[in-house]
Amino acid sequence: MSKINFLKPDKSNLYTFLYLGSFLFFLSVLDVFLNSFFSLNITGFLPDFLSFLLPLMIGFVGLYFIRIELSGIKQLDLLNKHINTNNFNAVLSLLIIFVILKSTPPILSWFFIDASFAGDSKDVCTGTGACWTYIKVWMRRFMYGMYPNGEQWRINLSFIALALLGSVGYFATDRFKKYLTLYYVVIYPFIAFLFIFFFISGGPVFFDFSYGIIAAILSIIIGFFIPSKFKFYYFLIVPFALYILLKYFIFYEELIELGKLDGLNWVETGAWGGLSLTFIISFFCLIFCFPIGMAFALGRRSGFPLIRYISIGFIEFWRGVPLITVLFMSAVMFPMFLPADFFIDKLVRCIIAISLFEAAYVAEVIRGGLQALPRGQYEAAKSLGMGYWRMHIFVILPQALKLVIPGIANTFLALVKDTPLIFVVGLLEIVGMLNLAKTNPEWLGFAMEGYVFAAIIFWIICYAMSKYSYNLEQKYKTDR
Amino acid sequence: MNFKLKDIGPQLMTVIAVVLVFGFFTYNAQVNMESRGIDFGYGFLSQESSFDVQFSLIEYDGSHSYFRAYLVGLLNTILVSVIGIIFATILGVIVGIARLSPNYLINQFAAFYVEFFRNIPLLLQIFFWYFAALRALPLPQDAEAMFGISYLTIKGLYVPAFIWQNFNIFFYSIVAAIIAIIVIRHRARKLQETQGKQTPVLFISIGLIFILPLLSFLIGGVKLSFEIPVLKQLATTSFIYEGGVSLPPELIALALSLSLYTATFIAECVRAGIQGIGKGQKEAAASIGLTPNQVLKLVVMPQALRIIIPPTTNQYLNLTKNSSLAAAIAYPDLVLVFAGTALMQTGKAIEIVSITMFTYLSLSISISIFMNWYNNKIAIQEK
Repeated sequence: MSKINFLKPDKSNLYTFLYLGSFLFFLSVLDVFLNSFFSLNITGFLPDFLSFLLPLMIGFVGLYFIRIELSGIKQLDLLNKHINTNNFNAVLSLLIIFVILKSTPPILSWFFIDASFAGDSKDVCTGTGACWTYIKVWMRRFMYGMYPNGEQWRINLSFIALALLGSVGYFATDRFKKYLTLYYVVIYPFIAFLFIFFFISGGPVFFDFSYGIIAAILSIIIGFFIPSKFKFYYFLIVPFALYILLKYFIFYEELIELGKLDGLNWVETGAWGGLSLTFIISFFCLIFCFPIGMAFALGRRSGFPLIRYISIGFIEFWRGVPLITVLFMSAVMFPMFLPADFFIDKLVRCIIAISLFEAAYVAEVIRGGLQALPRGQYEAAKSLGMGYWRMHIFVILPQALKLVIPGIANTFLALVKDTPLIFVVGLLEIVGMLNLAKTNPEWLGFAMEGYVFAAIIFWIICYAMSKYSYNLEQKYKTDR
Repeated sequence: MNFKLKDIGPQLMTVIAVVLVFGFFTYNAQVNMESRGIDFGYGFLSQESSFDVQFSLIEYDGSHSYFRAYLVGLLNTILVSVIGIIFATILGVIVGIARLSPNYLINQFAAFYVEFFRNIPLLLQIFFWYFAALRALPLPQDAEAMFGISYLTIKGLYVPAFIWQNFNIFFYSIVAAIIAIIVIRHRARKLQETQGKQTPVLFISIGLIFILPLLSFLIGGVKLSFEIPVLKQLATTSFIYEGGVSLPPELIALALSLSLYTATFIAECVRAGIQGIGKGQKEAAASIGLTPNQVLKLVVMPQALRIIIPPTTNQYLNLTKNSSLAAAIAYPDLVLVFAGTALMQTGKAIEIVSITMFTYLSLSISISIFMNWYNNKIAIQEK
């Protein structure tokens, strides 16, 4: 055994340093552990600042001793490589370990140990922990808003049915795969609309909007059979014409009657709320903002200067203003721009406003994808004699959309995270319901539990979405 | 010039459609306003506003005009955006670099932070800080002093105020230092390019920025003193701090949540920027004998910045726009003061909403024009 130099740990005295260093390191971790979990202060006899800094100093010395390069012990080398590369990293690692140790007991006790789960009144919440009873009692309000308790099965049933219908893509055989796009772009939204219109609302919700949806979907279906030459004019004129036709030939009363299913009561949109409203709004905005955004992305890349300028103006306008002012506009300014007898439900106004707003962001994302495609793709398609629409539908857009999956997913994530803003027009989804419940005189003082609960729900939704988009990205990644 | 009907047709149709839609809206607006007896005009801006704002950077009370109220809101918006941008940048850069750290604990910690804060809606975070976290702070009379001079209480943060004498001389000295630094940098670059001599610009700059203001204290007659907040009893149970600067809890909650939220996005931009630099660049730089610091300063950062700046600008714009969520917790920003209170009082929906939107639009466009200019300046000059 050679002479030990404590300032310079080396391989010749490997085990001396290893035992000494790991002992000191574990001592420091143990000190913090005992301190935070059992509130024992084993260094309490020392002056305050020393007692506070001692674990850090001991741990630092310990880590310094075991920092021996190429020791030949696999675990030690891994440890050194990952948390103990130099003095600075050692201190940071120690601090993070201490922070985790220190913060675990209070969080654990607030969430579980001291929390109250049982009962259904405020009286059980006497502990220092969270009052999950509050969440339990208000659960229906947080999920369904003011939707009547007896009718909530309608929302559940619709959501389950739509989830099943939405998962069709996973089970489709190769023979039906080519119809999936048509299904998801046209048929599925229409079914979803019917569910919400007839079933969740059970009465006149969407008024003018429903004419618009019927007009749009009819014109898209007919549009498939229109020769490419006239497609542009067709899409510019026919949807509006259909809309006006529908509006003046089917009257409100008939539509209201149409919207009623036997035995279902009408639930006004004002009573909708909670997490289900978050889903409804996100779903519709997602469906609407995508085609609008695609149209404006193509418009911005168009060879016609006037169409290009109009698209640029549209995109930059919506991207330049905050969503809250857009919702303000839809609430106080938009009714002024419509005829006096023209009634649009505030939920529908919200959906239109958010869709237009997000469409501008989607447009910019898709434009990025269009720009990233090499010119050769356009030229090759043109040289095959394809027209504008054919070229875009069969060659350009499938490739461009694959490229922008992450960007689109981020926009949709932003959309989901923006839904709480609808409190501006007086609609209360889950965050709005929390703020309402918080002011209930019987349940004062549980703001924290409510926000933590909503945060967990949103976090799960958003995290799952971002992971899913990552998977999609990997799946559609084609080498070029 | 040969106009083709094929080219004119679609454009004409689109323009007609847009004009028809806008015409429909304006026509309805006119009819509606006539029937409700509202007249259109911006004359109300000079009228007396007769409402108070609880926090304002310029002198303001009910006797001032609506235009002044607009300015108060705008300044508050700018204040919270600037604070948010500064803190978000600092935090974002640190977290972004930490995510690339070889230390497993550090990069996992940073990743956890990013994944946690960016997947929760900003509005929920603002509510959390304002209604749940900051409500747990002590009352003014129970607050303990931080560093003996500032107090964090449920009614806000109280910090000492600076009281300057001859502030203008101090200000000029800083301006002079900045101008001198720019000149020296310029000359140093020329010297490097023509003669290959290196000048320690950084040391000279740091020296200048400290020495010139110090001189202004010593011989310029600048004096600085602090006004420390003092507890004062208003009634038996009501206390307040007097003197110093007070920051309302709304501002703290808003700035905190804006910077925590935006920092996650900036961190991702920074990480992507640094990762975007090929390993070959670093190795090549090292092989021609540059020190690690020089590699970072002369090779990696200039290239990484090109990737980092455009998306980061977008985040700054988002932060500015997100600051409008202030209305939800009653921080008197542009939306709350102008599109909220002023709109309720005057009923001028179209005018006020359009002014508000136009303000945000011009803020965004001016920031993006500036950043485009800067981006073009540092972009690779391709032939």
